[in-house]
Amino acid sequence: MSAGKVRSGNDLSLLLCGEAGRGIQSVESVTTGLLKSAGFHVFSWKEFMSRVRGGSNSTTIRVASHSVEAPLGRVDLLFPFDAAALRHVRHRVTSDTILFADEDIIDTVQSPDGPVTAVVPFRKTAVELGNAVYANMVASGFIAGLFDVDFTLIGARVESLFTGPRAGLAAVNHEAARQGYDLARKIVDDGLFRSTIIPDSVVHDRAFISGAEAVGIGALAGGCNFVSSYPMSPSTAVLVFMAEKAREFECVVEQAEDEISAVNMAIGAWYAGARAMVTTSGGGFALMEEAMGLAGMIESPLVIHLAQRPGPATGLPTRTEQGDLQLALYSGHGEFPRILLAPATAREAIELSRRAFHMADRYQVPVFILTDQYLIDSYYTAIPPEIDGSPPISNIVETERDYRRYRLTPDGVSPRGIPGWGAGLVMVDSDEHDEEGHITENHQVRTAMVDKRMAKYAAMERDVLQPSLVGSEEYHTLVVSWGSTGPVVREALERLGRPGVSQLHFSQVFPLHVNTAHYLEKARRIILVEGNATSQFGRLLRAETGYRATDRILKYDGLPFTVEELERRLAALDGGEVEP
Amino acid sequence: MKTGLFDGGDIDIAWCPGCGNYAILEALKKALEEVNIVPEQLVMVSGIGQAAKIPHYMKCNFFNGLHGRALPVATAIKTANPGLMVIAESGEGDMYGEGGNHFLHAIRRNPDITNIVHNNLVYGLTKGQASPTSLRGFVTPVQVAGVNLEPFNPLAVAVAQKATFIARAFAGDHDELKNLLVRAITHRGYALVDILQPCVSFNKLNTFKWFRDHTYYLDESHDSSDRVAAFRRALEDDPLPLGLFYEETGATTFEQTFSLYETSDLPLFRRKRDMAAVRRLAEALR
Repeated sequence: MSAGKVRSGNDLSLLLCGEAGRGIQSVESVTTGLLKSAGFHVFSWKEFMSRVRGGSNSTTIRVASHSVEAPLGRVDLLFPFDAAALRHVRHRVTSDTILFADEDIIDTVQSPDGPVTAVVPFRKTAVELGNAVYANMVASGFIAGLFDVDFTLIGARVESLFTGPRAGLAAVNHEAARQGYDLARKIVDDGLFRSTIIPDSVVHDRAFISGAEAVGIGALAGGCNFVSSYPMSPSTAVLVFMAEKAREFECVVEQAEDEISAVNMAIGAWYAGARAMVTTSGGGFALMEEAMGLAGMIESPLVIHLAQRPGPATGLPTRTEQGDLQLALYSGHGEFPRILLAPATAREAIELSRRAFHMADRYQVPVFILTDQYLIDSYYTAIPPEIDGSPPISNIVETERDYRRYRLTPDGVSPRGIPGWGAGLVMVDSDEHDEEGHITENHQVRTAMVDKRMAKYAAMERDVLQPSLVGSEEYHTLVVSWGSTGPVVREALERLGRPGVSQLHFSQVFPLHVNTAHYLEKARRIILVEGNATSQFGRLLRAETGYRATDRILKYDGLPFTVEELERRLAALDGGEVEP
Repeated sequence: MKTGLFDGGDIDIAWCPGCGNYAILEALKKALEEVNIVPEQLVMVSGIGQAAKIPHYMKCNFFNGLHGRALPVATAIKTANPGLMVIAESGEGDMYGEGGNHFLHAIRRNPDITNIVHNNLVYGLTKGQASPTSLRGFVTPVQVAGVNLEPFNPLAVAVAQKATFIARAFAGDHDELKNLLVRAITHRGYALVDILQPCVSFNKLNTFKWFRDHTYYLDESHDSSDRVAAFRRALEDDPLPLGLFYEETGATTFEQTFSLYETSDLPLFRRKRDMAAVRRLAEALR
């Protein structure tokens, strides 16, 4: 053990790193649950390779006395489970980092400016207990011990994990956790590390929830009862969540033969009275584009969860990007209205996913929930949303004998009937059609139908979400963000503490709120922060409002922004230099 | 003329005079009258092409969607509301070409829908190019040296994939066609009826007379519960057998496999979300 600087503080970053398939995720799951149960604010995010075994994956767990919802770049406590893992995260390690590992791993990093190291026999302890696989539980117990989590919480957690046919493994895992816990207490007693993070009583009532779970819960709250999709990272987590809940919530969940089938099923399901969603990513959504126009033309409600990943083509399948805004915005040929929602956090993902169903049903348009790998795979300590007692309001009507599906109305929204309920017939056509739904090539009818569909934009205005201004209303500079980038921008600006610099965040990215231009016109400088290479939202803002970004901070390496990185890049702009 | 229950009323039909589609339309309307349902309970799902316009010429609910995509839509409609009668109908280009993957997987799912395919061995709406079932050597404006691909064999594929009802009909034989449609519609599960029909405008090879000369009806010697025999018949290409190739009764349908229909057959739109359960779910994630 090298002579140590004690690392303490009210906000720590733990990094777990190792091969795929070797249990990093189980350590993350056990540890984050325990830390949250102990009353700490916890936020975790992960980056991983597109492979089932091997490679190097990492999870960063942030533990704090206060609410945290953004990634730190720095690593305070590092747990590499093999030597390759250490190399994978070496660039994030500083002399302030404390590294906990088996001796053979530590031997590979001894250098004067290297991290503080502490030999912890995770694997050795596990092997002595009978199997190296218990190292995960030794590490989980160890981390709990470092943070002085009550050991009874660990016992309960182990009990809950090992039930049924696995119950026989509870005792040995319990012992592994105990030994890990004791190893940590010794480190603390030796003065190498001491946590000064204070439990916060509010944490007990908060949810600990991933972005994927949040989208699923929001969809269920919105009445989703039909999911048809084709597996594709990172959107699959939502499909899996819905499949798990299908029985309890009387939901149809079907894995289609391809994304084209999936989205046509969803539209067919809405036609027959269901509330359907597809969950997809990148190229999967590209295949669904054909049916966007179908939804637009037949005025079908549709909810699309689009979890973005870096493209083009297969791109970086398991990484993150905000690169599909324009894809979603312009998807489908022809002109028709749509709504794009982009949640900033898990809590907002619940609210907006629920809202997506209401908006789709109310305006009979496709509604996107635009997330990304970072949001979907991150875990947030979140205030649970209020889910009131009333089921979702459905706008379906019982048809009468002379029912016309596309009856012209002032706001463009025709009462939506479904087959089999009422005396009328429900006729929909992907061709241009008349009020009944029959094919037409009458140019006056064509014009009237286009006007009808586009009139919905005016009708929707009352339901467009305002952008949120974070910071003073007396600003000269606006830092603009959208979707999952919101919290990291907020924290970076808090750290910088520059007067006159505020954040304008958008959780609805299309259509934009009418006040958007009003916010922008007051700023002398507009800085766009986006996880893409071309400032897609900046272009949209300019197209819609005429205001142009003066600076752009863009990132497209497949990783999310970290707080420190963004702080540094924002500070660099003050010198007038725009980084590439 | 007496008005039938499924007659579409005064509408300008876009088919060519003498098109086999008229005969199919008439046989289908008669078959529907025989099976004792009302237009309000029927949903016709079609894609794009001349055949796919058929729902417009009938009295029924319809979903005239995208080229090749009728089967996923039909499957979903039946799943969302099993009380509806659902028929997916289009041409062979739509069902076997553009929608080929959906055709394979609709069979695997076995939804309780009827899949009617107008098969005229040519593309009509796009004016005379080869279709997936065009015969080798068939010359078109695009296949200028003649079709050089093996014709798609929908019946053999359906037998191989264990479709639960497989039939081939000829548009020129009203009664036989109608009777096959009645059997297909009343079959519980996925039912394929491939209907040979002449295209008077673009197929000068497979004419009305050609079909007469190159088809025959399966008789009592064919056991439609014998899948191997059905496969053997499906491989015959000249003359082409007509009639019921194969039927399996009692197979579980796709919609029956969903847990929500175990205890209640209420369609999805009649069910109310249990918000207390959603709240409990959110609260459990602590």
